[in-house]
Amino acid sequence: MRYQVDIHGKTHQLVLEKASAPQQPDRWVCRLGGHEIVMDAVQTGADTLSIVIDGKSFEIRRENAGETPRVFVHGRQFQVTLQDARSLKSRRRAGPIDAGPLRLTASMPGKVVRVLAKEGDILHAGMGIVVVEAMKMQNELRSPKEGTLKKMLAREGMNVNAGDVMAILE
Amino acid sequence: MFKKILIANRGEIAVRVVRACSELGILSVAIYSDADRAALHVLKADEAYHVGPTPASESYLDIERIIATARQCGAEAIHPGYGFLSENADFARACAGAGIKFIGPPANAIELMGSKTRARQQMEKAGVPFVPGTSRGVESIDEAREVAEQLGYPVMLKAAAGGGGKGMRLVENAVGMASSLEAAQSEAQRAFGNNEVYLEKAITNPRHIEIQVLADEHGNCVHLGERECSIQRRHQKVLEESPSPAVNAAMRQNMGQIAVKAAIAVRYANAGTIEFLADASGNFYFLEMNTRLQVEHPVTELVCGVDLVHLQIRTAAGERLPFLQKDIQPRGHAIECRIYAEDENHFPSPGQVTALSEPAGPGIRLDSGIYGGWTVPVAYDPLLAKLIGYGESRQQAIGRLRRALDECFVGGIKTNLPLFRRILSDPVFVAGETDTGYLGRLPQTDAAISESDEEVAAIAAALFASMQPRNNGQDTLGVGQTSCLSSQAAASDWKRAARTESLR
Repeated sequence: MRYQVDIHGKTHQLVLEKASAPQQPDRWVCRLGGHEIVMDAVQTGADTLSIVIDGKSFEIRRENAGETPRVFVHGRQFQVTLQDARSLKSRRRAGPIDAGPLRLTASMPGKVVRVLAKEGDILHAGMGIVVVEAMKMQNELRSPKEGTLKKMLAREGMNVNAGDVMAILE
Repeated sequence: MFKKILIANRGEIAVRVVRACSELGILSVAIYSDADRAALHVLKADEAYHVGPTPASESYLDIERIIATARQCGAEAIHPGYGFLSENADFARACAGAGIKFIGPPANAIELMGSKTRARQQMEKAGVPFVPGTSRGVESIDEAREVAEQLGYPVMLKAAAGGGGKGMRLVENAVGMASSLEAAQSEAQRAFGNNEVYLEKAITNPRHIEIQVLADEHGNCVHLGERECSIQRRHQKVLEESPSPAVNAAMRQNMGQIAVKAAIAVRYANAGTIEFLADASGNFYFLEMNTRLQVEHPVTELVCGVDLVHLQIRTAAGERLPFLQKDIQPRGHAIECRIYAEDENHFPSPGQVTALSEPAGPGIRLDSGIYGGWTVPVAYDPLLAKLIGYGESRQQAIGRLRRALDECFVGGIKTNLPLFRRILSDPVFVAGETDTGYLGRLPQTDAAISESDEEVAAIAAALFASMQPRNNGQDTLGVGQTSCLSSQAAASDWKRAARTESLR
């Protein structure tokens, strides 16, 4: 199967197939950057993997929480975006990202402690909109561009989760 | 000795005290808020009582409620941990009033050291060197400018009731004084309910070195060497070690004697810490005294071979110090990493811990307040655990910590573990050349990440996708959600088959 893996801005194209030797069920073959890698891979848990390549042992973990999934190699993290053959195809078909109203979302779970703008306000880039507090730290959500505040969904005292829409900017 | 102790705290420090109680054959009592019913300290203690809703002001800071709980369950003493009520003189008095022993210093000593201006007055009397500046709050902008002229710019404005960098401003010249003074005063008022602000000469990029002291209630006081705490972010410590690479035997003895003098000047008892600022030429100045157990106490424990929480409990019970100053012989080197729930931009990252691998092995100590499956609440401090490495030498301690960091994994939330990998492999840190400006200069990239590891990561991502046909037909790795703790219902076999076919 063909995959495209983006790690920290770098794209890796690879083809991964199970080796066709039935007596070696854990054997995989991967073509990456012009060379062929034969490896032995065993899943050691739902999100853990052991890979042995040329006698070198790699302990792997996967982490799916948050916006960007991460893969850990010996505890060192890599932010990874994986696309397979089908999603690459559909990606090509899709047009540019919709340039409509901008939804401003909370970057962390917490409590809204202050609302700094109201509906109808004209905002400049960098102006504060909402202050969210979590773990004794306050974080100001700022306007990323100039525009009119179309809708304010945040209310003081409200608990929010990461990704919740706080306001809509047009 | 006490038979039962209530721990007026939460998180890793509450677990630390529960462990000490258990080791001494004392029953431990945990308290918890609504958010902490399932917290580790509740699970580990012998008894646990609910004290209020999630906000700390209505639970862990509710003096009446905590004392009532202690009386009801028959606790003879209260250990306050650090933070919350640990440096609250009213709480110490309220304990005494209820016939409960406060495991900490006398209320008077807390009060004297709690106000930075009053502490400076005390230290002046005791002949302890402190950073040149005022020992009283500044009254007006004119006075502030006049004092700053005498001291020479840059100067530091500091809240008398301050801590944690709040109500603090660096002033470079006379022009900036008015706005800085106003900002520091209003911040101090908001944070501490007291707008008293004083002036100090600013020492640029000093080292932050502190001395652990320990006193019994019979007038005996010793010091337990220093801790180097220069690696800070916004005045919050990140990594601490003992001994300090910048302190030699003569300086240690000198600082230790002055710290003991400072403690005796306020009739101190129990464990405490005298913080100093040290400049590049080895001059040091009293900064403040922390009248409680410090977060970073384990490095001192490892190097001095003592258990500070045992000693806190024993001295609070009236025992004499079991050793003299000459018996304290620091040995080896210890380094502590404070593991915070925060992302790479230092934003808090609370949430469920979906997976957890804890390091172990020679020279490694982990003081943790979390477990796999638990949800880190939004309401409290982001400190999850402290990872401490000990070795015969600094080099060995660093090697052990690096190894332990590779063994360590916290899933579901983000932590600052990658930061410690960078620090511990940074040649400047390895050379011991750190000061309070260090983190700002630390390179952002992890030198230890190799290109081949990146390729392995790419292959691994593809392997996960290929090995788990149950991946639900999503584009990215992010939506598989097959972790053992949050496993979703398997996607229909039909869908799976169709999807596999379409990819051929």
